[in-house]
Amino acid sequence: MDNILDRLDSIEKHILKEIADIEKTPIGAFNIRENGKAIAKNVTANIDIIPKEDKPGIDIIIKPNTKNESVHIPVVLTQSGLKDLVYNDFYIGENSDVIIVAGCGIHNSSCETSEHDGIHSFHLGKNAKVKYIEKHYGEGSKEGKRILNPQTYIYQEEGSSFEMESIQIEGVTSTIRETTAKLAKDTNLIITERIMTHNDQTAKTVFNVELNGENSRVHVASRSIAKDNSYQEFISDVIGNTKCFGHVECDAIIMDNAKVTSVPKIVANNIDASLVHEAVIGKIAGEQVVKLMTLGLTEKEAEEQIINGFLK
Amino acid sequence: MLELKNVSFFKDNKHILRNINLKIDNSKLIAITGPNGSGKSSLAKIIMGIFTPDSGQILFNGQDITNLDITERAKLGIGFAFQQPVRFKGLTVRDLINIAAGNNIKLSEACDYLSDVGLCAKEYLNREITSSLSGGELKRIEIAMLAAKKSKLTVFDEPEAGIDLWSFNSLITVFEKMHKEIANSSIVIISHQEKILNIADEIVLLIDGEIKEIGNKEKILPLLLESSKLCKVMQEKGGNFNG
Ligand SMILES: Nc1ncnc2c1ncn2[C@@H]1O[C@H](COP(=O)(O)OP(=O)(O)O)[C@@H](O)[C@H]1O
Ligand SMILES: [Mg+2]
Repeated sequence: MDNILDRLDSIEKHILKEIADIEKTPIGAFNIRENGKAIAKNVTANIDIIPKEDKPGIDIIIKPNTKNESVHIPVVLTQSGLKDLVYNDFYIGENSDVIIVAGCGIHNSSCETSEHDGIHSFHLGKNAKVKYIEKHYGEGSKEGKRILNPQTYIYQEEGSSFEMESIQIEGVTSTIRETTAKLAKDTNLIITERIMTHNDQTAKTVFNVELNGENSRVHVASRSIAKDNSYQEFISDVIGNTKCFGHVECDAIIMDNAKVTSVPKIVANNIDASLVHEAVIGKIAGEQVVKLMTLGLTEKEAEEQIINGFLK
Repeated sequence: MLELKNVSFFKDNKHILRNINLKIDNSKLIAITGPNGSGKSSLAKIIMGIFTPDSGQILFNGQDITNLDITERAKLGIGFAFQQPVRFKGLTVRDLINIAAGNNIKLSEACDYLSDVGLCAKEYLNREITSSLSGGELKRIEIAMLAAKKSKLTVFDEPEAGIDLWSFNSLITVFEKMHKEIANSSIVIISHQEKILNIADEIVLLIDGEIKEIGNKEKILPLLLESSKLCKVMQEKGGNFNG
């Protein structure tokens, strides 16, 4: 197979690298979407990708017992003024163990608004295991807004586990990220989120998790840094309807004139539901900066180390 | 050589350190002891540049460093192991050892620093420095960092805290190793540990922010016991004063 990415220009290649760490044609199944159209696709014996007929998007069907395979579905937006809406539905067969890498990068050098709204659903069959990585990135020299509003729906059948890593650390003007999950018996959901906002950017995160099956577990760990005049909001709502375990950790570092709101909500509808929410908002701890300075870093280098480590 | 001349320090209108005159020659191992609240940690912070004295002068190898900031002093070769180590969400033990060493050191070298302080390197290198580590583990990691930094002058603030006596005896070899391997280096250990007082070339007794006496163990111990009510109780119990 020749390298499909050869057809992309350097901006597009750079964005693909940022969001999906793709420099060559990825191995395994993939679907690359650029400016509202699929430009490259590959399926494997176990993973099928079918374009939707009634709306933009694809169905990704992973056969039962598919192991050690991956699906990449990056989205690149370089055409300014475009509002791209896409529905991607994943059906992950029983006992599968796969990695799914999504992500969206916007390059907007105009004054118009570019927007991508990715609506993803994941249907995990019994004992399926998924690692899902989603990166959001924006760049551009002018005033044009770069907006990303992803929605993620996770439906976990008995014994399945879903690990989601969601990262947005640069260049997105405004984002509302909504994640909804429903967990059956003996399931495990782990969500790790990293966000950094600059200038006048806003980022809102909403997690709704329903623990419906016995021994279902969720762990949400969100770390964010709000700089300049940016605004962040973190809302989480975990409902325990049975014997279950939920842990939400939200840690925010606030700098300059930024503002951060954290709204924790945990609801126990059963005596055996064990739910914890921890939320911390504060500036970079002075003693951390001092410690690193005693090791020879300048104040600025110390802050950078602390921020980079925190978002790692 | 470090020299403090007439250093005084106030905090919230309280006299924390009064007219401190102290010389720490090269290649010396100095212990600073004294009751709680006598100003030992404040003195260490003055040396590191974390606190700025209200009057007096600090010289390091002949250079006036009174107005240098923490970073500049660290780069000149002053190191400080905190009494209460700082936690870092996101930074690992390995990150901190690399920062301390000033570059990315070899894995085997990083491991050596950890095993020297009694930690199994494999288990700790990639751990984040968060509350998941115990107080004793944090103190050991703090010592490993300073061993990696290789300063000309290192101040350890109560390194024994949180570490059981038996393990602490083997930690003493870490101080002795640093002292030997870093040419002309001096080590200052703020401590109440008899073992430390035994190996020190000199002991500085600090009481109420003043240097009461400088001398060997035989000279200092009686004065220390006399000065501290807490230690008087200990003395009656048999002269063991690890508090
Ligand atoms: N940041 C501070 N603000 C106000 N008072 C302080 C501060 N740090 C230390 N002190 C006071 O200075 C005195 C000496 O403290 P410290 O140097 O920590 O003593 P030591 O280490 O000998 O126990 C104590 O009375 C303490 O309460
Ligand atoms: Mg102290």
